[in-house]
Amino acid sequence: MKGIIYILLLCTALLIAVSCSELLPPAPEPETVLAGPIEDLTPQQLRDHLIGDEQFGRIFGQKDGLGPIFVSNACESCHIGDGKGHPLTTLIRFGKYSGGIWDPMVEKGGPQLQNRSIAGYPPETVPGDATGVTRLMPPAVTGMGYLAAVPDAVILGLADPNDSNGDGISGVPNYIQPLDYFVPLPSHIPSNGRYIGRFGKKAGAIDLLQQIVTAYKEDMGITSDFDLQDNFNIQAGLTTGDFVDDPEVSAAIVNNVVFYVRTLKVPPRRNENDIDVIAGENLFNQINCSGCHIPSLVTGFSDVTALSNKVIYPYTDLLLHDMGSVLDDGYTEGTALTSEWRTAPLWGIGLAEDSQGGLPFYLHDGRVSTLEAAIGFHGGEASNSRDAFNNLSPGEKVQLIKFLKSL
Amino acid sequence: MLKIYITLVYFILLVTPIIGQQDTSVVQDAIYNRPFITSAFPVALGGYLEGNTNYFSEDGVSEGFSMEFRRFNIFLYSTIIPRVRFFAELEFEHGTEEIAIETAQVEFEFLQALVFRAGIIIVPIGAYNVNHDPPKYEFVERPLEATKIIPTTLSDIGFGFNGKIFWNNLLFTYDAYLVNGLNDGIILNDQGRTFLGSGKAEERFAEDNNGSPTFSGRLAVKSQKFGELGISYYRGIYNSFRIEGETVDAKRSIGIMAIDFNTKIEKLIIQGEFAVNSIEVPKNISEIFGTKQWGGYLDIVYPVIKANILGFDNSVINLAVRLERIDYNVGKFAETGKNIYDDINGLSFAISFRPAPGTVFRANYIHYWSRDVLGNPTVKTTGFQFGLTTYF
Repeated sequence: MKGIIYILLLCTALLIAVSCSELLPPAPEPETVLAGPIEDLTPQQLRDHLIGDEQFGRIFGQKDGLGPIFVSNACESCHIGDGKGHPLTTLIRFGKYSGGIWDPMVEKGGPQLQNRSIAGYPPETVPGDATGVTRLMPPAVTGMGYLAAVPDAVILGLADPNDSNGDGISGVPNYIQPLDYFVPLPSHIPSNGRYIGRFGKKAGAIDLLQQIVTAYKEDMGITSDFDLQDNFNIQAGLTTGDFVDDPEVSAAIVNNVVFYVRTLKVPPRRNENDIDVIAGENLFNQINCSGCHIPSLVTGFSDVTALSNKVIYPYTDLLLHDMGSVLDDGYTEGTALTSEWRTAPLWGIGLAEDSQGGLPFYLHDGRVSTLEAAIGFHGGEASNSRDAFNNLSPGEKVQLIKFLKSL
Repeated sequence: MLKIYITLVYFILLVTPIIGQQDTSVVQDAIYNRPFITSAFPVALGGYLEGNTNYFSEDGVSEGFSMEFRRFNIFLYSTIIPRVRFFAELEFEHGTEEIAIETAQVEFEFLQALVFRAGIIIVPIGAYNVNHDPPKYEFVERPLEATKIIPTTLSDIGFGFNGKIFWNNLLFTYDAYLVNGLNDGIILNDQGRTFLGSGKAEERFAEDNNGSPTFSGRLAVKSQKFGELGISYYRGIYNSFRIEGETVDAKRSIGIMAIDFNTKIEKLIIQGEFAVNSIEVPKNISEIFGTKQWGGYLDIVYPVIKANILGFDNSVINLAVRLERIDYNVGKFAETGKNIYDDINGLSFAISFRPAPGTVFRANYIHYWSRDVLGNPTVKTTGFQFGLTTYF
């Protein structure tokens, strides 16, 4: 009997020794996930990235200051795995033109609808007199540090407001009035006190700090040192409703999250040497999708060395383009027209469905679930490329879609 | 509610004459089914401690090896006079990270079928919540169903009756109490989902947050041949709908229904539990904070060796397996019509060594498959745990 016992104990010990690595789940292949830090961060930067990661995943409850009106309860809820969002957390924004001037309807809770609320508190509804209502699918947040490091001069160099080259594409920057906490970088080039926006579907945010402070406030109802004013449902005559001391997060926490997003890796490529993918890439350039979805950009100087002077492949020019009437929701931000949208970066698009519950939702509002359909909705400056895509043979379309899926 | 109590008491008095003296171990007796209570002194002191090691990996990312001192609980038991007894349990979790009075109750046994209990009591919802002492189990982790769906250990201030009734070789037990109940934290909490554990505010021991008591009860039947089958129910208003006597919100209720069983087939010990929660949630947040959730587990334990091992008489080595599943949010997204996920499946294996019935060394291999609310690619979490827990 003792022998059996000792054998059992020995087997257990061996199981421990051998199986700890063998029986643990392997990490997914790096090219199949969006999350992760950029390479070449210093140990201290990596630590800060991980602290920011924790805050990015923090779920806010009512006791933490969530609301009283909100859309979601964590950064991670809208950007699961740092990827694209889902109709569950689609942002709704509204406004109207009044005497030819865009009115974000602040007095009626605009421009962003908070369609959820803490218990016993009414959520907002879209005012009946809003003429422009748009739904905005949360974007993937990977690679944003690189986009932030692209100098304004590069973006302006791609602009062609008068379509001087005659290709039917006339990208323009969206100039945004900076908020009081904005600190310009040497690479920023202002125009009449405004700065080029590069984040958001309409390029309505100049930098990641603005994007993240706004998300804390507008998406979660969380005040910060940068913005101490909570949102209340003024539509219902309520000017209070949150009993948590402000700020609900400190500047340090916001800065940690900014650093986290800045230092997320570039979305990885997959199958880039596949023959069909290479052929699809050639078609992508041939039908001039690359006229707006510029394959590569070069970053400038960054205080994070790993972001400095890098060639990146985001497939965007960060400029606004008229996308035609079908995508015109009658809503705008900054100097953009209602039909203008910032060229969406395509990197990471092949992994969209892994953060969207297995079914991808493309375009600014997630209205379609196939890339073919998304291309079909391109109009305005993209009409020529859309028509050229429609004229491709079925095999060529497959190749082009394979290329997009490889991004 | 008063009518229910009167009917219950009437029924008990009616059937009292058929009560026998059969002695059977049932879930209801769990708080007294502890070795320290056999003390020869009028006041007995005991408890248990529980510690373990952890080595987990989630999708290939591991925090490495760590040790955890989970619980140090102290029991105090006293027979004040015959048929009047006091029991208390003080819990220290993770050292002094959390110190709580888990139980502090007095019982008056009018009859074996009619026992009045009052104080901080263990709420009789599910068998695991009532019978949760770690030395009784081969697994370090409590079942997901018994922590995430039913927030074990759920104790509350309240009063009510319990008792035992024997009939035709069957033992029936009942528990029926009024308690203050869970509170607003069930939703809009830092878990980001409907989570009953977040509704266990410490203030519930001082006052009800809404002035509406919650009912909790359990009925069970035990047969020596087939084992014990229990059904329990918990229902009450959880939100603070009233402030200073003014109604400021709609009443929202929480209901839990649980079925538990345990049986023995030859040497094989099988026990399990299944629970369903239904929660009223404001419509505008009901996709995030689910209105229905459920979970269940099945533990199968097989004693492979009973012998004198390393000088410990009547030692036992057990093999065990646990199957479990919980779904935090049953429903569909309004926008897409697709399922809301947010679920976990679990499979765990254990080998345990019991040198004495109340002392166990246990080695566990655990595997969880989790899906987020959208049903994105499954996250695999696997871990090894080695633990020691013992009554004292």
